[in-house]
Formats: sequence, C-alpha cells, structure tokens
Amino acid sequence: MAIREDVLVVGGGIAGATAALAAAETGAQVRLLSHKKSTLRQASGLIDVLGAVGDNGTEVEPSGLVADPFEAVERLPNSHPYRVVGAAGIRDGLRVFDEAVGDAYAGTHTDRNALVLTHGGTVKPTARYPESVAPGLASAAEKTLLVGFAGLTDFDAPVAASHLDAAGVPFEVDGATVPFPVEFRDDALTTRLAKALDTDESGARRGLTDAVADHLDGHERVGFPAMLGDDDRREVRAELEDRLGAAVFEIPTGPPSLLGLRLEDLLFDALDEAGVRLSSGNPAVGYEAADGRIESVLVDRRGREVPYAADEFVLATGGLVGKGIDSDRESVSEPVFDCHVPHPEDRYDWSEPAAFGAHEFARFGVVPDGDLRPTDGSGDADFENLRAAGGVLGGADTAREKSAAGVSIATGAYAGRRAGESVTGREAEEATR
Amino acid sequence: MSDAESPQTTESIEPNEQRASPDPDFEPVSVFDDDSTMDLRPGADNCYKCSVCDTTCPVAEVDDDFPGPKFQGPEQWRLKRKDEGEIDDSIMSCSNCMRCDDACPSSVPLSQMHNAARGEYVDEQMDKLSVEYVRNRVLANYRTSAWFASKVPRLANFAMNFGPARWLMEKAMGVTSEREFPAFAAQTFREWWRERGGADASRENARAARERRGEAVDAEKKVAYFHGCYSNYNTPEVAKALVRVFESFGYEIVAPEQRCSGTPMFANGMLADAERAAEVNVSSFADLVERGYDAVASCTSCSMALKQEYPELFDIDGIDEVAENTFEALEYLRIQEDLEGQIAEASVEEQAFAYHAPCHARNQGVDRQAIELFRDLDGVVVEDVGDSCSGISGTYGWKEEKYETSMKIGGDMFEHMHDAAGDVGMTECPTCAMQMEHGTGYEIKHPLQLLEEALC
Ligand SMILES: Cc1cc2nc3c(=O)[nH]c(=O)nc-3n(C[C@H](O)[C@H](O)[C@H](O)COP(=O)(O)OP(=O)(O)OC[C@H]3O[C@@H](n4cnc5c(N)ncnc54)[C@H](O)[C@@H]3O)c2cc1C
Ligand code: SF4
Ligand code: SF4
Repeated sequence: MAIREDVLVVGGGIAGATAALAAAETGAQVRLLSHKKSTLRQASGLIDVLGAVGDNGTEVEPSGLVADPFEAVERLPNSHPYRVVGAAGIRDGLRVFDEAVGDAYAGTHTDRNALVLTHGGTVKPTARYPESVAPGLASAAEKTLLVGFAGLTDFDAPVAASHLDAAGVPFEVDGATVPFPVEFRDDALTTRLAKALDTDESGARRGLTDAVADHLDGHERVGFPAMLGDDDRREVRAELEDRLGAAVFEIPTGPPSLLGLRLEDLLFDALDEAGVRLSSGNPAVGYEAADGRIESVLVDRRGREVPYAADEFVLATGGLVGKGIDSDRESVSEPVFDCHVPHPEDRYDWSEPAAFGAHEFARFGVVPDGDLRPTDGSGDADFENLRAAGGVLGGADTAREKSAAGVSIATGAYAGRRAGESVTGREAEEATR
Repeated sequence: MSDAESPQTTESIEPNEQRASPDPDFEPVSVFDDDSTMDLRPGADNCYKCSVCDTTCPVAEVDDDFPGPKFQGPEQWRLKRKDEGEIDDSIMSCSNCMRCDDACPSSVPLSQMHNAARGEYVDEQMDKLSVEYVRNRVLANYRTSAWFASKVPRLANFAMNFGPARWLMEKAMGVTSEREFPAFAAQTFREWWRERGGADASRENARAARERRGEAVDAEKKVAYFHGCYSNYNTPEVAKALVRVFESFGYEIVAPEQRCSGTPMFANGMLADAERAAEVNVSSFADLVERGYDAVASCTSCSMALKQEYPELFDIDGIDEVAENTFEALEYLRIQEDLEGQIAEASVEEQAFAYHAPCHARNQGVDRQAIELFRDLDGVVVEDVGDSCSGISGTYGWKEEKYETSMKIGGDMFEHMHDAAGDVGMTECPTCAMQMEHGTGYEIKHPLQLLEEALC
C-alpha cells in the first residue's frame, strides 16, 4: 500500500483543518482529505465559541446570552463535546486557530465574547472575528452609518439599521443605500465587486466614497457588507477611511461569503506551511480494519476505491450540512465508518413543531468517549485509533448555542493532537528501545 | 507473440478513418432514472442557491457578461422544465474547466449539465455554416490537423505560424493570431514507439526491470497507455518519459489504437464527434482492461474524459470498466509503488520549478501530488503558483473573441510564476503548458520528465 501517513484527517472544514494543524505540531506526517471545497466558503467567517446557554443546563434559551464562554462551559449538559475537552481544550483550539490566522483576526485580548453586527441587523456574540469587522463592534458607542449597495438584496442597510435601533444598541445608527460605483449586471458576484475595489477599477474607491459622503452626517464609523477588496483589502479599507474621515468596517454576509473565503485561504496556507498534505476532490467511502484498529480509509477515485493508510485517523466530515451525517426517512447514520448515531425511533420526534424549538436533529451525531473516540451503542470505542471532531459529533446544538466553529476548533485541536501524539509518542518509544 | 499483444495495438490509425457507429444519433444516457434521455432536472433540485459555484468560476470572475455556473446549470434546467425555452448562448463562454463541480456542496452535476446544454445549443441553435461553428469544429478536431501536419512537420511548423497565414486565420476563422502554434515533433511518439520495437520491446525492458528490482519476473504489471494527441504529435518527450519511468518500475506497456479523448469536442458542444472518438477509445481499452491492463494517461484532461465524462455522457459497452481502471500516470505509481521512498533516495541536478495544477487535475484530486512528491527530491524546489485557472482551457483561449478573457484569467498565474524562484514551469496539461509558456516565455516540463530524470 503506497499512500501512507502517520495521521489521516477526513474532512476539510474548520474541524479538519484544525485537527491537521494540531497533529502536525506534534511532528507527525499528516494528510487532510476532503471531498468538496470547504463549507467555510459559505460560513460567516466568525468563530463563535459559545453565545447562549440555558440556565438549567439542558435547555438552551436564545435569551440567555453568554458573556464569558469559558465560565459557561460548566453549565452545558454532560453529553456536550465541550464537556469532553473542557475549557482548556477550547483555549488550545483557539491557540491553534490564532497562530494559523495571525493578525487577520481579532479577539485574542479577552476571554469575553465580542458583539458583532450582522447583516440582518442583529447583534451576535462571538469569540474571534476578522480584523476588518473589529471597528464595528456593538460595544463601541460610536455614531454608525450602515451602507448597502443598490441591487444587492442580501443586505438592506436602512432595515438593518432600524433593527439594531430597535434592539437598543448603545449608539445612533442610520442606514443608506448607494449604487455601486462600477456598473455590473444585477446579480453580480461579490467577488467581482471586491476585485473592482482591489484594482480600483474605473476609480471605484473614489466613486464609493463620493456616494457615501452625502450620507455622512457626523457618523464616526461606516459599515459595508464584507466585500471591500480581496487581496488588497487592507489598502482598500485604509483608503476609504482616509477619504471618509471615519472608521470603516465590514459586516459579515450570507453565502457566498468573502470573509469565509478568506478564512479558508488563511487556514489552507497555514496547512501548507505546516507541511500537511492535501487531497481534495474525492470522498472517503469506507475503511479497512483489523484487531479493532483502522488500517486504511477507502477513497472513491471515480469508481475505483483506493486505500489511504495511516496509524491514526480523525473523522471531521461535518454534520447534516457537511454530509458527515446522513439521514433518510428511516434513520440517521454516519456513512464512512458507520459509527453509531442515536436517534429517536419515530421520525416525528426528530424535530419540534416550533421552527426554532430544540430540534432533536440539531444534536444528531456520533457519541464520543472521554478521548473523543466514537462509541458503539454500549459506550465502547469503535476503534482504538479513530477520533471525531466538529459537526459530526453529537450533543451540541451549535446553531442555537452559537458555538459551531468553536466546537470544531476545540475538538479538532484535541483529536488532532491526541492522534499525532499517539504516533510520535510511539515512535519516540520505539527509538528509545 | 503472446495474447497480450495483438498486432493492431501498435498500428497508427488515420484520424479520419471512421468506424461504423451502430447508432449515429447521439443518445446520451440518463444519470438519475431509467429514462432514455438525459434528464438532469432532478439534479437541479439539489441546488439551494448558495452561489458557491459562482465564486469559483474563473470566467465569471473576469467576464461580467457571463452569468456563471449556477445560471448555466440548475437555473437553466429549471427554466427548461417550465417551457421548452432555448439554451442561452452564454453557454459557449463556459470553458469547461469543471471547477464548479468540485465547489458545489450539494453535488449538483454542473459540468454535466453544461456539457449537455452546450451539445443542445450547438445541435439545435447554432448555424452550421457559421464561421464560429466551422472554426470550433476545426479546433475541436485538433487531431485531424495534427495528423496532416505530422506528415510534414517542418513545413507545418513554418506555415502555421507564418504571419500572413495567421492574419488570414484570425480574420476568416476567428483563431487568435496572438498565439504561436505549438511545434510539431519531427518524429511522433508512435513512430518512435514502433521503431523501438513496440510492446515486445517494452515487455523485455519490464522483465529486466523486475529482475533488477527483485520482483517476480512474471509479475502481472501491465498498463495500456492513453497518450492522447498532444504527446504523440507535439511533445513525444513526455510520452517517452512515461514509457521509461513505467518500465523502470517493471510495467510492460502497450499503446493501443486511440483517437482524441474528446475533451476539445465536449468543450465545443460537439458531442457526436466526441462520442465517435469515445467509441474507438473505449472499445480498444475495454479489451485490454478485461485482460488485466490498467489504463494510464499523461494528460489530466484525457484521464478526466475517460474517468468521468465518458460514463456521464455516453452509453458504450465496457465504458464503466474502462472508467474504473483509468488513472493519471503519477497517481497510478503512487497507488501501486513506493514512489515516495524511491524519490527520497534519488537526486537530480539543482533546478527550480513553478508548478501549476490544471483544473482537470484538481477535479480528479491529483492537484497536489507533484508538489508533495518533488518536495522530497534532492536538488529540486517546486513551488505551487496558486489555485487560479490558467485560462486557456484547451481550445477556448485560441478563439479570437475569447483571447482577452483567457489572458485575464491567466493573469494571476503569470504573476505567481514570475514571483516563484524557478524559471521553468511544470504542469500535467498540454494546453496549460501552452498558456504558461505564452504568458511568461518559460520552458514548461511535465512531472514525468522530472521523474525520468530522477529515476531512470
Ligand atoms: C452558511 C453557514 C454559516 C455559518 N456561520 C457560522 C458562524 O457565523 N459562526 C460559526 O461559528 N460557525 C458558522 N458556521 C459553521 C462552521 O463553518 C462549520 O460548518 C462548523 O463548525 C462545522 O465544521 P466541520 O469542519 O465540522 O464540518 P463542515 O464545515 O461541514 O466540513 C465538513 C468537510 O468534510 C468533507 N466531507 C464530508 N464527507 C466527506 C467524505 N465522505 N470524505 C471526504 N470528505 C468529506 C466536506 O467536503 C467538508 O469539507 C456556518 C456554516 C455554514 C454552512
Ligand atoms: S465549467 Fe468552469 S467556466 Fe464553466 S461554468 Fe463551471 S467553473 Fe465556470
Ligand atoms: S454550488 Fe451547488 S447548490 Fe450552490 S448555487 Fe451552485 S449548484 Fe446550487
């Protein structure tokens, strides 16, 4: 068998990327295998660690916003992945993340959640956010102008401003819609708008500031949807600030999200830097095992199953969205290793009738042991050398708790480090023998 | 002569000699149900409009008039369900790079939809007497021109790049005069192969190598080489490198009868031409696969066609078996042999390369292998020039009206090539190589050539 590594991580989202980075830190040779482009391209680019916890620990109330996620971990149910890795695990995950993205992200100065403005006009608690988002935090009481672009239906600045106002933010906020300075077709891509600002196509930067100037009435900061340049984004923002004489910040958008694309680039550059091998384009579809250990993962390369061998494996294929968890009418399953995924017999119990109720399916996922190894129905680890991380783990309602990326990096870092140590520790042992 | 070699496997076949096709009407297969026509509309339902495909499309990034893959694929199919509307002509601006496939989180079969739409557009809406149609057909049937040219390579090299002739080609045919036509080799790969002794010589070389490697002399190590047109007519050094590298690992090689893989035909919506070529290729490779051969290709678009586009678009006997047993050359060695170990022990003269991964390598998941492998090769620095598309996409960048878009798309790559330490380029795709050379003036090598230098 020719394709062989110390650690093979399956899944190229934020959990897989973090796991691969953490495993590489231990000196192990790591490969990251991903079927599709990462779901990071759709994500907002924010790293939510824990934004909401219910008081009694079992129910999550959207109203119970969390100020300090580390302290709130204790209040989560025992089955929550954070209870396996603990506050120390979250810190380690954030460390791996912070080192990978460097000064492109802010939020490292405090344990407490930052409140970020969203494109829907709400305020969201998050732990790490792109530096371009930083000047727009809700905690700064500065008179704020939100600017949207005509034709870009995703972000309606006046509506967002009135929502924020109604939510009682501690500052005055207004919204304005201006035409984008370069003419594009109606459904123009956000990437093309960003590129136009990057290259200053037809004087786009000046055109934009001229259009905004009319609405600038003592506003101390101006927020735009996150499409202010791509490669030269710092330069773009600096020039806009200079021309407007106000701070300029970005507001995270829905998919396709430039902040998500940038985060994907940052993480994949870090993986490359760390010497992690990357394979994408083909799915893992099965495995070969002996004596309770996985020997290889089978990758479907257009009809031919090719074994990818390793000593340790990390499953980071995501939840229902990432396709790490599969569901059909009858059952819910984990398709690569066929790990046990508990779910109610009756399909009608999967979801609550109320749209935002505590959906059972939101918590669907594999059940880890104390070392993040997926377990069978009776609580024993399925395989000695398989750990799971991120959305594929059950027990967290990440959308309601606002903890998705946090759970992914905390469990990713834990699973990756443990996998790497198992190999390098074993190698060290063999060397001394 | 054993049964492993039938005489025709080393024979050169005239490109315009047509096989009798059992069914001249194009009849694409269905992927989603047992219906006999290709109905991709259910695939359109999987689209949840996240637009991630649009953000990966290299054409949409630079061409504001191109509505992008989401429109070309799911939206167009949805519209078609409502009434029998026409296919939007923007489909001809899609370069068939297939990047959107890889991006879609919901597995919408985008490039398959584009291929089908393009086929329908060309069949039903394009004027068969138009310059565009004729030009596309000539470009798509590169092998026919190349076959003629190879008979008189020196004259062809002169004539093809002769100023007034190029001016006329641009004016009358819409073939850009900005590009230099690739040179035709004085001796084609097949001529060389025949002169060298064909499959018999290869078997002997392979047996000697197995003996040297301490493997069983009779080991079943057999590959059928799909060299494609370009390495036959233009870059036989790539094909020769493949032969020598594979033989050194103990593989005996046959070079069966073959046509164009069909890639340029898919991209130009000439599905009937592509199917005729596919029939010849499948029939000659299916026999060999049945006899235990694996198919290997040195061009990533050729392996892509055999692995994915054939079974997606055509219904030919043996097509699935061929698809399942087709590999890109390096990929094959990595799966079967300890290539990494051998590379780690080898060394070559100091050299630095600027590597570009072709889109079609990306789609097969082999876009990182050259970088990974050569990282460990003593004397060599290989730098990835980033994940942008080279912009040429086969015949696309040859069209006068697409030239500018093509160069715009390639801009990022040229820039990164200049920034890289090396001043030799590296890629698996012959048309990407053309574009790299055109944009930078660098000499371009195929990974197999470096492998040959390291191991043979
Ligand atoms: C629209 C959207 C918005 C989001 N917004 C936020 C936000 O504001 N804040 C926040 O904290 N988080 C957010 N997230 C969540 C976050 O980005 C991650 O999706 C989440 O943390 C789960 O990460 P993951 O790595 O476990 O899985 P995923 O991100 O789902 O990644 C799974 C990966 O595994 C691959 N894969 C799946 N099956 C296979 C297989 N068989 N073989 C090989 N590879 C496979 C997939 O291709 C994918 O690359 C958002 C997500 C989405 C989709
Ligand atoms: S195949 Fe390439 S050019 Fe065509 S729509 Fe898809 S991404 Fe765009
Ligand atoms: S990526 Fe897939 S799901 Fe998203 S818009 Fe494109 S086709 Fe639709």
